[in-house]
Amino acid sequence: MNLWQFVEPSMLVNLAIVVPVIGALLLIAAGNYPNLRESVTLATAALLFTIVLVITDNTFNAVAMETTWVALFPGLSLTFVVEPLGVLFALVASFLWIITTLYAIGYMRGHKEDNQTRFFFCFAIAISSVMAICFSGNLLTLFVFYELLTLSTYPLVTHAGTEAAKKGGRTYLGILLSTSIAFLLLAVMGTWAVTGTLDFQPGGIVADTENKSLLAVLLVLFCYGIGKAAIMPFHRWLPAAMVAPTPVSALLHAVAVVKAGVFSILKVAIYIFGIDRLKEIPTADVMLYIGAATVLISSSIAMTKDNLKARLAYSTVSQLSYIVVGALLATPIAAAGAALHIATHAVGKITLFFCAGAIMVAKHKKNVSEMAGLGRVMPITMTAFAIGAISIIGLPPMAGTWSKWFLTIGALEADKLIIVVTLMISSLLNIAYLLPIPIKAFFAKQAPSAEPWSWAEVQEAPLPSVIALTVTSAGCLALFFFPQPLVDLINLIPGINGAINGVG
Amino acid sequence: MLEQHLPALAILLPLIAAPIVFILGRSTVVWLLATFTGAWASIVAFQLLLTTLAEGAIHYSLGGWSAPWGIELTVDALNAFVLLAVTGVSTMVLVYSKESIAKEIDKAKHGFYYTAYLLAMAGLSGILITGDAFNLFVFLEISSLATYTLVSLASDRRCLTAAFRYLIMGTIGATFILIGVGLLYMKTGTLNMLDLAERIAAFDRSRTINTGLAFIVVGVSIKLALFPLHRWLPPAYTYAPSAVSSFLASTATKVAVYVLIRFIFTIFGPDYVFYDMGMDMVFMFLAIVAIFKCSYMAAVQNNVKTILAFSSVAQVGYMVLGISLVTTTGLMAGLIHIFNHALMKSALFMAVGAVFYRVGSVEVHAFKGMGKQMPFTMAAFTIAGLSIIGVPLTAGFVSKWYLVSAALQQNLWVIAVLILLGSLLAIVYIGRIVEAAYFHDVPEGRDASKLKEAPLLMLIPMWVMVLANLYFGIDTSLTTEAVGHASEWLFQSTELLEVAQ
Amino acid sequence: MSVIVDYYNYWIVVFLMMAGFYVVISANNLVKKVVGLNIFQTSVFMLYISMGKVSGGTAPIIIEGVTQYSNPLPHVLILTAIVVGVATTAVGLSLVIRIKHAYGTVEENEFQNEDDAI
Repeated sequence: MNLWQFVEPSMLVNLAIVVPVIGALLLIAAGNYPNLRESVTLATAALLFTIVLVITDNTFNAVAMETTWVALFPGLSLTFVVEPLGVLFALVASFLWIITTLYAIGYMRGHKEDNQTRFFFCFAIAISSVMAICFSGNLLTLFVFYELLTLSTYPLVTHAGTEAAKKGGRTYLGILLSTSIAFLLLAVMGTWAVTGTLDFQPGGIVADTENKSLLAVLLVLFCYGIGKAAIMPFHRWLPAAMVAPTPVSALLHAVAVVKAGVFSILKVAIYIFGIDRLKEIPTADVMLYIGAATVLISSSIAMTKDNLKARLAYSTVSQLSYIVVGALLATPIAAAGAALHIATHAVGKITLFFCAGAIMVAKHKKNVSEMAGLGRVMPITMTAFAIGAISIIGLPPMAGTWSKWFLTIGALEADKLIIVVTLMISSLLNIAYLLPIPIKAFFAKQAPSAEPWSWAEVQEAPLPSVIALTVTSAGCLALFFFPQPLVDLINLIPGINGAINGVG
Repeated sequence: MLEQHLPALAILLPLIAAPIVFILGRSTVVWLLATFTGAWASIVAFQLLLTTLAEGAIHYSLGGWSAPWGIELTVDALNAFVLLAVTGVSTMVLVYSKESIAKEIDKAKHGFYYTAYLLAMAGLSGILITGDAFNLFVFLEISSLATYTLVSLASDRRCLTAAFRYLIMGTIGATFILIGVGLLYMKTGTLNMLDLAERIAAFDRSRTINTGLAFIVVGVSIKLALFPLHRWLPPAYTYAPSAVSSFLASTATKVAVYVLIRFIFTIFGPDYVFYDMGMDMVFMFLAIVAIFKCSYMAAVQNNVKTILAFSSVAQVGYMVLGISLVTTTGLMAGLIHIFNHALMKSALFMAVGAVFYRVGSVEVHAFKGMGKQMPFTMAAFTIAGLSIIGVPLTAGFVSKWYLVSAALQQNLWVIAVLILLGSLLAIVYIGRIVEAAYFHDVPEGRDASKLKEAPLLMLIPMWVMVLANLYFGIDTSLTTEAVGHASEWLFQSTELLEVAQ
Repeated sequence: MSVIVDYYNYWIVVFLMMAGFYVVISANNLVKKVVGLNIFQTSVFMLYISMGKVSGGTAPIIIEGVTQYSNPLPHVLILTAIVVGVATTAVGLSLVIRIKHAYGTVEENEFQNEDDAI
């Protein structure tokens, strides 16, 4: 049964971008009726997911989907072209939007937050921008919606309105806007000046004869200009953004916004430079090692953080650089691993954030040191946390295994042993800062007089939130056993060309 | 019948309306008449632009005396485009004026306000479409005298000294232009711009012409507030009534930039000015310094109108920078920014005026908590501010895009970087105000419940400008076509002259 | 020496121009500034008027037997410029009057101390 069979394939792309906006407007109209408002959000999210599913189906059937909105400049339009990498990202983002909405309903009500209509409105606009980024057909379109995403998430970061939220918001906007204007825009315009086009094309658009040192500069500008990828030293905005309500941190700062960053870097690597040509650019290695350093340094910082969300934020910084490293290793397998990591890290990290939020709502605890013995009260949450943590570490039978596996193989293939070592050390660090949390929660020493455990003392977060985190942790498992659809999708990406074979 | 007299009409409409307004005195009728005149003039400008884009330049002999004896009005894509921006924005500011000046200008002076406003409009339109160098000076003085009056109408006494300083500087600038034109006349015996162009090309490297160029460039630079000749501008914009600041910031300096372009490209020829005299380096240096120094000055001010005034000087830097790149794209960038900057600055000043209307102060701290109390005004301010910063989908982004591409075309990567860094400073000075509006609580002592949104007659023109910012940031076909025609024509005309020799 | 004698009109113009300019810049009294501005403008009028003279030419009135006339156009132009100059002076002086009312002084240093320093 295909809900959308009567819609022109190209129209689907427009719908994917417009539907969240319409949803946003509707939920403003329903602002005074919380139940109606939340139903609208959920319905929009579900609708969007079906659209993205149909787009995925079309992609597998090699149906071309392209649409042009308006020519901003002569020869340069806002254009949307569907390609497999974007579909992958869109799938992840739109699916997790449903779950996050569910979660947010429980969280926002449980936390009694103000301005909930504004919250859901900005959220929907941000998702719309993410969809536009996914399907952007050229660098200009990508840049435009990248900026819109920054601006639309700013009210979410400062949602609480406290002094800390304002400060966090200032860092957030300051770093993301300045890097994008100073570096990314320059890189985009430099590419335009050098190649005369900004279209994403399989194999890249820069000519082989192009001046290598110019390309080297462009690559650095891209890597740092895409501040959302949080490569050190421009990573400070991500921990700063953690002042936002947890659903925002979960979907936007573990999935949508940060993944938009690494997704852009992958896009640039694959469709602007071309994977093969990337190797010949002198600074590719430099950025690769900076990425590797980011992986290690931020993992080490994560260990020192007692605040759970801060720890997760630094963990995200580190995991994002996995994807940057994967893109810059410039081998098809590494790039495929990086693409897969977008999905696997998303389900893992969102689970962890959901758990952190659930703990905050149910027990008002923010710090790791206070969470010993929490397994008695919140067994479902802490189990989900353990699953998410194992997935992030990359141990079977969780989703994270596959992406780390391909990244490692890619590093070996590129003859970069040091990257292999980095990945291994990082996994150890992940174990060191993530696993103790569920272990202490379940196996902390209890007072001798403690009663035997019973369901009576369970005090979980509101039901929608618990459902949400159960679904995502199940997702971690599911993606380990059934990664094939995603793998098939990634194999379609030009430049990867089926580099990763069937697994699972 | 009227069709062929359109060029004259653009000047005559406000010129005739001005005395009528003066006689009628103060009343709503005057406002309606002035607005109607402005709207009509805008329609004329739009028609002129369409005609020139379709059929090329229009030459109109005033009073039937043909050039070079009579005064010729010449309308091409360049001045029709700037004329559209000037008349369009002026009209919107006129709509806005009714409520705004009711608060800021003494009731007895409302008649003077509209009279001076229309005269300034007539003068600016005249500067734009005249084809005669001396006539340009006369219109320049008409508009300047009217603007000195406008500035001095505010109720704050400091507007008087600001207006006086503006008068001194403005007159020196205009007199410099007069000297320059006189020297050119001495050597060439003509005042018609096209004739001048032909004959100047013949007198290569004459000392008289070099001197004339120097006087004209300095004189125009004072008028357009090119750093370091900008000192008159911040006080004038700060203490003038908000409607006047909005009008001046979006028209007066823009027209001066047009005059600079006209003199350089049509009369002297870019080869002579840039290659022989090396003026491009001078302009580029001053423009870059202006962008940084004045953006910085804007970032440290406490009066929002002063912030916007310094920002205007910095933005003029962008326009001059575009010109100094000496390419078609660079010139396009400069011209597009004339148009776009008029849109954003008028919207910003209108929003500030609306805040003044309700709060009675334009200090940054007066904006605290305004996001909740005047949501539409502050939303307008924020969007127009994003346009100044150059965020995509706003008009400011289009200007910046062209400017940076022009720099990159010349392989001037450093300049491209500097342009982008300059816009980071804009984030600072706009950000401060926006942050105060949305993230600070209402200061103590202000009765929050009494504050309402600005009156509709202020909001509508403000939002028209804001929507124009968005529209011209998304659909650039009109602006790029007009500007593309204009700059190609400007470069081509000089080449044609060379071929003719 | 001939440079001075042949171009004496320009020397006068340059002298007046600089004198006027100097007064505008250095005078503390606003009325004096306006006067300086006037001198400055007048020098330019002189420049225009003297350049219209054609050696050996007479006033441009058709008289029998005369073939050489001075150029009348600069004179006409400068008529307009004089009008502009008068208007400027008028606006300037009226501003001075209002400043006197508002501040009680027309000495620049006195009212600048009071407030408006930007």
